[in-house]
Amino acid sequence: MDILQLLVSGLANGCIYGLIALGFVLIYKATEAINFAQGDMMMLGAFITLGLTNTGYMDLPFWIAVPLAIALMGVFGYLLDLIVIRRMFGEAQIAVVILTIALGFVMRFAAGTIFGHEPQSLETPYAGQDLRFGGVVLGVDEAVVVIATVALTVVLFLFFNRTKLGVAMQASSQNQLAAYYMGIPVRRVQSLIWGLAGVTATIAGVLYASKGSIDPSAGLLGIKAFAAAVIGGMGSLPGALLGGIIVGVIEPFASRYVAAGYSQIAPYLLLFLVLVFRPHGILAQVHRKKV
Amino acid sequence: MRVVFKTSYDHDIGMFRHRAQATWYVLLLTGVLALPLLLGSFLIGEMTNMLIWAIAGMGLMILVGQTGQASLGHAAFLAIGAYANVILQQRAGLPFLVSFPLAGLIAGAAGVLLAIPTTRLHGIYLAIATLAVSILVEDFIVIAEPLTGGVGGMFAADITIFGYAINRYINPDAFYWLTLAVTLLVVYFYRNLLRSPLGRAFAAVRDSEISAQAMGVNVPRTKALAFGLSTGITGLAGALMGHYSGVITHENFTVIISIQMLLMIVIGGLGTIHGAFFGAMVVVFLPQALSFLRDWVSGMTGGGSVAISGLETAVFAMILIAFILFEPMGIYGRWLKIRTYFELFPFYRKNMFRRQKSYLKTERMR
Repeated sequence: MDILQLLVSGLANGCIYGLIALGFVLIYKATEAINFAQGDMMMLGAFITLGLTNTGYMDLPFWIAVPLAIALMGVFGYLLDLIVIRRMFGEAQIAVVILTIALGFVMRFAAGTIFGHEPQSLETPYAGQDLRFGGVVLGVDEAVVVIATVALTVVLFLFFNRTKLGVAMQASSQNQLAAYYMGIPVRRVQSLIWGLAGVTATIAGVLYASKGSIDPSAGLLGIKAFAAAVIGGMGSLPGALLGGIIVGVIEPFASRYVAAGYSQIAPYLLLFLVLVFRPHGILAQVHRKKV
Repeated sequence: MRVVFKTSYDHDIGMFRHRAQATWYVLLLTGVLALPLLLGSFLIGEMTNMLIWAIAGMGLMILVGQTGQASLGHAAFLAIGAYANVILQQRAGLPFLVSFPLAGLIAGAAGVLLAIPTTRLHGIYLAIATLAVSILVEDFIVIAEPLTGGVGGMFAADITIFGYAINRYINPDAFYWLTLAVTLLVVYFYRNLLRSPLGRAFAAVRDSEISAQAMGVNVPRTKALAFGLSTGITGLAGALMGHYSGVITHENFTVIISIQMLLMIVIGGLGTIHGAFFGAMVVVFLPQALSFLRDWVSGMTGGGSVAISGLETAVFAMILIAFILFEPMGIYGRWLKIRTYFELFPFYRKNMFRRQKSYLKTERMR
């Protein structure tokens, strides 16, 4: 029963990592760029929701605030690409990485200046309620996390494989020039994917903030989520979720059964081992290298 | 405009391009040697700090700028250098002149060890693997308390060279000259490295691994050597950093420092020795300039001084964004362009430094 409880709480945490990792994978899938600011976008989304719904701020109803925040962050992501990232078109991958790291710093500063550096918690209608299955206690917030994550992954997976826009996104990363010839507006497609990444980041942020508290440095969680994305296999949506859950589940078990101090290194040790033995992740998509 | 007329291969690998360039560098050397006579002890301390960051930057530059291997984990090797130096002095009782090079060697060996499993990784995967190493080493410092003093950290004793004690606060000028000597040695080594076959192999690996392999470069060995040299030099910087700050803890070597080091050399200009120095100047003098500016503004408005936390990082990040968008070659690249403009005046063309852009193709199958 103890193990089951650890598993459940790990699963909920893992889903959050998985959601942030989804954002990484989305952008990687469509533009081959890595958005190191994904964690900070999550933080920003959470803070926008918090600013809209908390009683200390604008005090809107929760179910109005969340879609509003999602829409705002979607527009934010689109504009971010339109104004900043698009200029990096055709530049080296590492340059985009560095650019997004810097953008993350700026977002963290902006959120810290507006909302302060103290941890705050998001007021949700379902806070503090529990579900009990036998001896296992599951908070409603945790259940919401798991359900929302799985639903979002399925929707995104279908979006990428079934819809015209999703296929266009994949095409524009697989061969940019050919995608242009086929009449795909590659630049606009890339901006759309950044908007979509903003949307998933906000959902992750809302779920994360409802489970605990959020402060401007919460974006550093992005590093752990990135580890999850790489463990699962960069470029694979189910892989991102799988990696997130693996990282999330390992953490509580490590802190329960391994000496303190050693437990927090478990995800990174796993990441390092995966990279050494399976350099492209568990659900790898690279099978051969072109010259 | 100066036309350099090369009459032998020796000219091609010469230390300086022409006599006038050598003259400028000799003037610069005299200037920095005489600096303690001109500046107060605070500014000399800051200059020393700048030189230490420049050494660390050069270490990272060999890997990122010369060999094209991204590393987000160099704070780990700063830490290894700093701790190795202090531990060798305290536990083994070695003098600074022995422990300092040994610290570099240990950090270099650690880099080669890291390179063995990671040479298969490319680009972003390598960056994330080194990021993981940075986090692991930071945690390891806390865990290995008997060796490293855990959370409390360690105190670095004064440097003693043949009975002459050097302390940052008591005789800052001596510490400055010591750091300057190390910096000059590293610059000399770096410059020579670029002229050697190994340096050319680094550049070949950076530009295309497959072409390098076809030309007979042993790619894994070259990468491992790049890692070793890079981390070794960074380790030396770490050892100096330990003596500079007096006390070292795991918090001096967080993953944020790793990231900051990479950002630093990008601002300075990737692939050049000058870039490491320009980047270090930005990192060290930006906070000073900002606090100066803040005092000035609050003096103008008459209000109390306003402290905005995180402002330095944000300004640093915004400068970085501006550079990546508008000047990808960094401060040194901008300087090159300005110099060329005046050398060629009035024949400078706008697209002279323009780079070929490429269309993206994925290596993924789905």
